[in-house]
Amino acid sequence: MLELTGITAGYDRGRPVVRDMSLAVADGEALGLLGPSGCGKSTLARVAALLHTPWAGSVRLAGETVTGHRFRAPRHQRTAIGVVFQQPRLAADPRLRLRDLIAEPARATGRGRELADRAAALADAAGLGAELLRRRPHEVSDGQLQRACLARALLLRPRLLICDEMTAMLDASTTAALVALVEDYRKEQGAALLAVGHDRVLLGRWCDSVREWDGDGNPAGAELLTQE
Amino acid sequence: MTPLLSVRGLSVRFRMPHGRHVAAVSDVSFDLAAGECLALVGESGCGKSVLTGALLGLLPANAQTRGSAVLPPDDQHAAPVDLLTVGERALARTVRGRRIGLVPQSPAAHLTPVRTVRAHLGETVRALTGTRRDALPPAVAAAAERAAFPADHLGHHPHQLSGGLAQRAATALALVGDAPLLLADEPTTGLDRDLVDRTVAGLRRHADEGRGLLVITHDLAAAARIADRVAVMYAGRIVELADAAAFFGTPGPRHPYAAGLLAALPERDFTPIPGLPPELDALPGGCAFAPRCARADAACAARPPLDGGVACHHATAPEAADA
Ligand code: SF4
Repeated sequence: MLELTGITAGYDRGRPVVRDMSLAVADGEALGLLGPSGCGKSTLARVAALLHTPWAGSVRLAGETVTGHRFRAPRHQRTAIGVVFQQPRLAADPRLRLRDLIAEPARATGRGRELADRAAALADAAGLGAELLRRRPHEVSDGQLQRACLARALLLRPRLLICDEMTAMLDASTTAALVALVEDYRKEQGAALLAVGHDRVLLGRWCDSVREWDGDGNPAGAELLTQE
Repeated sequence: MTPLLSVRGLSVRFRMPHGRHVAAVSDVSFDLAAGECLALVGESGCGKSVLTGALLGLLPANAQTRGSAVLPPDDQHAAPVDLLTVGERALARTVRGRRIGLVPQSPAAHLTPVRTVRAHLGETVRALTGTRRDALPPAVAAAAERAAFPADHLGHHPHQLSGGLAQRAATALALVGDAPLLLADEPTTGLDRDLVDRTVAGLRRHADEGRGLLVITHDLAAAARIADRVAVMYAGRIVELADAAAFFGTPGPRHPYAAGLLAALPERDFTPIPGLPPELDALPGGCAFAPRCARADAACAARPPLDGGVACHHATAPEAADA
């Protein structure tokens, strides 16, 4: 599903935060990427999500080489990926009511009407009732907002979901609820998952396999921690 | 033994537009003794950070408090101080940093970015201990040492520090005034496991040296490693107050919410509690957990009092898990 080969990436002219990293996620596979904060794993997640242009290396999505990142990525490649970040407050447009936040990717692709029922069903599966859906981000808790961000990421039925520290700020029950939502979706659609995080126990329980990053910006020594 | 802090019937309400009220904290009571660590756990929005704000006098202007939070007399203070009524001047001059040290959430953001750790510590040492300028360098070194902050990093700015070192710098600042009570707000959020272990061990050491430690956290795994007692908050109330060994081991939690929260951990069942917590401006009349509780029945339409450490009409009996 996703193949990253020899990725080197960074910001401005500084040192690269990711050096010569390769990684593959098979169709339907759940891969955990474990590493300390600041090791470059979030940057790699952004490259995989086509949100950050690498300095070197190639990204292949469903067998097709990605030719551009961000707005230059072809729409069918962008919509094949759903992304959830650690900080919902930075990721969510503060002006949108939760209902519109969830439905926005459909509107943006001109499929608002077609996907209206799906947006409602996802909101429901995420545990968000009518009253919460009328609120704006500053009127709900982090956990409630992250539920909406996940529902939004699942709206266009992505074949790959990328979760970057999705639950790092959340309590145990909300964490388990969000992971269950992801897993229900993956079971239904056979989607692949790249889960990036620092919690060994969580990723070990969630993913098929976990790769550990040594924190050097260089995963050469990455080991396979679990394999089922 | 006299507690270091005695909280009784503490409630905090926020006045909102359109005559609404948010009951952020309701009728919370607990004691904290010297050498003891109490972990206050619960999900975001359960009231635990508002409780912290109330103890430090850092609530917004639309907050109304009731009850008391008393620091009893000690060697240096003849009269008890009620944190809720003493007023900002007294809190700033005699309480914050001197009798209660705060280890803040996201320490890097708490420190001023343009100043070095040495400058931060120097200023705090001078303000709290009156140390003269020429005696400052050794005093700063000693303050850093107490939180195991490396001396060769004192010249660094906050953004140059790793998460762990920023945490230690903040702890060093909290310890300068030799406050008998330390309050740590989400000290492990976003830290890697190794760092969680080190932070927890560092904080625990201060309790073992005789300080009272109040840890506010949503991280149950961290609470399990540091606390002597644990208070679980739900919808602004303490629903269970228990010995940590019994809570995390056998017989386990007695309140259905506490049990659900613990079972949700990935190292346990990894199953969420169904539903969401109630909105604090529209709390149900009876037990606030009832809509999510598998044990709820007609009795739960009346609010259960915190009785014998648990606020539930159908709490698991303390001896249940032994059977
Ligand atoms: S009082 Fe009733 S509803 Fe509340 S936790 Fe206990 S059994 Fe559940």
